[in-house]
Amino acid sequence: MNSLSSSLRPALVMTVLFALLLGIAYPLAITGISQMVFPGQANGSLIRDSKGVVIGSGVQGQAFTTDRYFQTRPSAAGKGYDGFASAGSNLGPTSSVLVERVKADVARRHGEGVGIVPADLVTASGSGLDPDLSPAAALAQAPRVAQTRGLPEARVRQLVAAHVEQPTLGFMGDPHVNVLALNRALDALRP
Amino acid sequence: MTIQGWLLIAAFLGILLALTKPMGLWLHALYEGRRTPLHLALGPVERGFYRLSGIDPDREQSWRGYAIHMLIFSAVTTLFTYAVLRLQAFLPLNTPGLAGIGPDGAFNTAISFATNTNWQWYSGEAAMSNLSQMLGLAIHNFLSAAVGISLAFALFRGFARRESGTIGNFWADLTRVTLYLLLPICVVYALVLIAGGVPQTLTQQVTATTLEGAQQTIALGPVASQEAIKMLGTNGGGFYNGNSAHPFENPSDWTNLLQMLSIFTIGFGLTWLFGKAVGNTRQGWAILSAMIVLFLVGVTVAYGAEATGNPVLHQLGVPGGNMEGKEVRFGIAASALFSVVTTAASCGAVNAMLDSFTPLGGLVPLFNMQLGEVVVGGVGAGIYGFLLFAILAVFVAGLMVGRTPEYVGKKIEAREVKLAVLAIAVLPLIILGGTAVASVVPAGLAGPLNNGPHGFSEILYAFTSSVGNNGSAFAGLTAGTPFYNGLLGVAMWLGRLFVIVPMLAIAGSLAAKKHTPASAGSFPTTGGLWIGLLIGIILILGGLTFLPSLALGPIADHLSMIRGQLF
Repeated sequence: MNSLSSSLRPALVMTVLFALLLGIAYPLAITGISQMVFPGQANGSLIRDSKGVVIGSGVQGQAFTTDRYFQTRPSAAGKGYDGFASAGSNLGPTSSVLVERVKADVARRHGEGVGIVPADLVTASGSGLDPDLSPAAALAQAPRVAQTRGLPEARVRQLVAAHVEQPTLGFMGDPHVNVLALNRALDALRP
Repeated sequence: MTIQGWLLIAAFLGILLALTKPMGLWLHALYEGRRTPLHLALGPVERGFYRLSGIDPDREQSWRGYAIHMLIFSAVTTLFTYAVLRLQAFLPLNTPGLAGIGPDGAFNTAISFATNTNWQWYSGEAAMSNLSQMLGLAIHNFLSAAVGISLAFALFRGFARRESGTIGNFWADLTRVTLYLLLPICVVYALVLIAGGVPQTLTQQVTATTLEGAQQTIALGPVASQEAIKMLGTNGGGFYNGNSAHPFENPSDWTNLLQMLSIFTIGFGLTWLFGKAVGNTRQGWAILSAMIVLFLVGVTVAYGAEATGNPVLHQLGVPGGNMEGKEVRFGIAASALFSVVTTAASCGAVNAMLDSFTPLGGLVPLFNMQLGEVVVGGVGAGIYGFLLFAILAVFVAGLMVGRTPEYVGKKIEAREVKLAVLAIAVLPLIILGGTAVASVVPAGLAGPLNNGPHGFSEILYAFTSSVGNNGSAFAGLTAGTPFYNGLLGVAMWLGRLFVIVPMLAIAGSLAAKKHTPASAGSFPTTGGLWIGLLIGIILILGGLTFLPSLALGPIADHLSMIRGQLF
């Protein structure tokens, strides 16, 4: 067939040319520009302590499980907040595994004195790396954190309120609190 | 449901409608091969591409020539990616020392990206080197999208031309769409995403010592450059396993809105271009209206179901909407909207895990794909899929009044109707056939994570998503097995081929016809009656086939959930 043979050269040459342009030149150019213009974000919005050690990312979440910190949501990323294994639980609404997990988490929160448990506190996020809590889920933990740290509860609630980020223009998403930022502020207040 | 949620949906549609004509005008310049301001910078690149590959961009092709060149190009790029993935271990930019991808996995992924599906059996951050992501995968995000738009151009020419033997030059369409549309938008878009927090580096990992003293590995890479075309080209293949739920792919609520807009914007523009090409922009707006009606029904159902939440969890003392699998920064409305956008288009990106949606919330994405992804649809693929339904709709209208059907100045005759039916009938056959096989053989039954009807939904979703070239998943399904990799790989290929080839044949057949001016007896294809007929035909022909399978999956799941029955 004439079309068949006449298509081979353009198919091969175009594959090579587009691979060079779109697979090499484009991403490298974007990398080069962004490393100059937005070096912080381009390198993962890394946060360092006073000694320069990387303690996390301002964008991606990390696990908090101890009582003295605001705890993060359940995570299905590896053993929890594994940056190399982002994942949701993928459990369906009628899964007994899901219900048992939620039941156990709800019982634990009730044990801490939480009344109505905010949904995000006992559900796993889509990425397993959710950096945020809802304001309600953070406030629900304020009494525990205040008690563990020996701080007045009102002071801790104030700290949460100061860290609530409202949705862009009021409607693009939901209000949220970055847990790493909140816990760093907590450490700064009383280590 | 909240006022903020509906404001988001209204703002989303408002911005898109404002962009429809500007995008359409830009596409029109490319459709006609006219000069654009970008030719100053990129014209030499375009001419260089033609010269090196020995192409005369002004030499037009018959539909057969167009189809063969497109298919050979797809085959070569598929083999290229297969080779890159297999040889990953020996190629540069692989700091973690990742092994090559196995034969069944590479087969599946190469087809997946070449067909604009971006079904992913693997976890991006753990399986793919930076080079594989850039060179093996992201180039297809451009090229499969450019192919889709080129094919739409070819079909539009079929409607617009009179007694013509040709429908354009594939290489010219492909090169122009890539250079003057996709690439320039992506350069700006990627930089905006980076400003919003998406990484772009050749470093693949950084280790952090968390506040609690644990070690956390942070996976990085050239994410933004891939993210931009992943959305704009309705590809959907995430850099990370978490896809657009991952904070590095989609850091904030405004990047989320931007991502949703970029999925639809070319699709909206193409409806306007269709109207312009056939000489009456109201034809394009009529199509877009039908799409928007179907879209809003989907959004309302999905948003309502997710906002209502799971009664089983309510009983445990967890009130409110369904947050399992969702990110706090997006919340219910932005997650539900995203899921409808991504499956109405053939994008397949997710910002929340669809497997954990409520049964009815998950039914909407599934049903969107089963309708053939014609509600806006993938770039190019959506509008040409929609026009197949339009051909059937005028045929049905013609039967009712006893006249030879016409559409935008072309007589629709037996050949066109047969080809349209072929394309529309083969897809359910592959989806339901594949699902049936996987639901009985042990290798298929090993896949689902969830038990009961939800497990069946996972299998049904996988075949629907593959054949529809969507790529989203009920991701609990363990799909990285030779059985699923092989079967779904074939399903993706057939799903693309059985629409494209009949569609191009229709384009060729229409181009050769004379123009039939509208008369008093012509069925008007711009008003409310036409929009209603289109919606009816899409729901009946596209949707009805799947009702039994939906009853076994999501509907049974919903009834179980209400009764509190667990699996």
